[in-house]
Amino acid sequence: MISVLVDGNATGEPLVLAAPISFWGGVSPETGAIIEKRHPQFGAALKGKILMLPAAKGSSSGSSVLAEILRNGAGPAAIILGASDAILATGAMVAQALYGVMCPVVIVDQDLFQILAKAKNIRISGNDIKTN
Amino acid sequence: MTLALTPEQNTLIQTKNARSAALEFVASYAQAVGASSLIPIESAHIDGCLYHGEVSLDFVKHFIALGAKVAIPTTLNVGSVDLIHPGLVRGKSLNINGRQLMEAHLALGCKPTFTCAPYQLTDSRPAFGSHVAWGESNAICFANSVCGARTERYGDFIDLACAIAGFAPYYGLHKTENRKAKWLVNVAPSTLENDLVAVAVGHFIGRTGQSKIAAIEGLRLSTLEHELKGLGAAAASTGAVGLFHAIGLTPEAPTLGAVFLDARPQSTITLDQVALQAELSQLSTVKAGAILSAVSLGTPHFSIPEFAALMPRLKGQRAKIPFTINTNRNALESLSERGWDKILNNFGITLVVDTCVYVTTILDDLSGAVMTNSGKMAYYAPANLGCEIAFGSLAECVASAQMGFVVRL
Repeated sequence: MISVLVDGNATGEPLVLAAPISFWGGVSPETGAIIEKRHPQFGAALKGKILMLPAAKGSSSGSSVLAEILRNGAGPAAIILGASDAILATGAMVAQALYGVMCPVVIVDQDLFQILAKAKNIRISGNDIKTN
Repeated sequence: MTLALTPEQNTLIQTKNARSAALEFVASYAQAVGASSLIPIESAHIDGCLYHGEVSLDFVKHFIALGAKVAIPTTLNVGSVDLIHPGLVRGKSLNINGRQLMEAHLALGCKPTFTCAPYQLTDSRPAFGSHVAWGESNAICFANSVCGARTERYGDFIDLACAIAGFAPYYGLHKTENRKAKWLVNVAPSTLENDLVAVAVGHFIGRTGQSKIAAIEGLRLSTLEHELKGLGAAAASTGAVGLFHAIGLTPEAPTLGAVFLDARPQSTITLDQVALQAELSQLSTVKAGAILSAVSLGTPHFSIPEFAALMPRLKGQRAKIPFTINTNRNALESLSERGWDKILNNFGITLVVDTCVYVTTILDDLSGAVMTNSGKMAYYAPANLGCEIAFGSLAECVASAQMGFVVRL
């Protein structure tokens, strides 16, 4: 099952987050790197990656932070979610409306999430997701 | 689920103006959250006044350029700057950008409230049963729980889009069936004061239940509104709590039966005095006797009844360390009418309005710990301010300010 929160096209390498993250306070708006010290992937860069989040958490200011990261050109190419997250969808919608930066956001079911998490490369085109 | 618009909404969207742009944004959001329709709302509270980067300003400017005005009464949350006492906030770029962002919201017709507790302003308190689109976690929790108004947990951008559109997605806590409690928290009798019990329970329900709606039984009927504010603010910090029911205290919870769908909780847990104290102890990173750099009250903003509770305690030696209280700008007038501003000043208390010490750089010295009676401040301060924190009752905060170290009573 795939459902599209923010439409668009993207290609990239998946970055599967091992723990939930709050974008506000957890990711640098300037560099798009994970700055939450307790996060297992502390220091990892989201830039150009197909960011895969099993679950989201945290402050609603996360919308602003994601939009700011995308404005700075340091954002993920796309976001694949295991559960709906209106906070991140809003950030991506705003970046697209204000700056024309495309960052599609899709929700997939658990089975597909597991398959995509092991892929080398993912291509998203609307509700069509391919791996290679 | 597909979103169905009413003929009125369809006409609005086709008009192609600022309001239709906002409505389109709300409609996209509604689709993302699986809402089937949009409903008219009576007010909005905007949490977008904190400067998170250029995008914060660009979004508002985008709507100003389209000629947008808010369609409904709209209050503003704290900003990054104290506009009444500009010298308090350090950092030049934050001062410039933060101020610009606050002023840009006023150009859209929002009210210059700059408070995280808009429900304390009589003309901005949402009516029981009314649909509103509110942002800011404590304001959302208070509006739903204590006022009995209906709002989802709106965040940056979408709150403003709803205010301009005058509509919100009909989903989540807007719907009666989603407002029922899922679990029951029994508070056993204890010797703790109401304010401490409230924060302990709030910290627990957010930490343990996350977004699950709790029914709380056993809070004393003498629990005051600002204590419920403290409960909700703590719960909305440790978890994504948008609504709680306090039996006999909050309007949707006259009885236990009223808050459960089939009159039965899925699970019940009892908090005795030891459990309550264990919750509170998680809010302090330092022990009794630790040196303090500051005491800060009013996260969320201090209300007049809270000042009333504080005033009799301001006796004897004045504060040895910086002592700030965050409040809304309207409260300043009431304080001066009562002559309380002078007493506060003589005690060494600095009033901060329009913003809050936990989101901006007001405190100069953070080498020692900061003490507060707010569960929310205690939860966020170590990360936001990078300081050690001590949580305590109002009386402990005052006594500690007089001594310069953490006093436990």
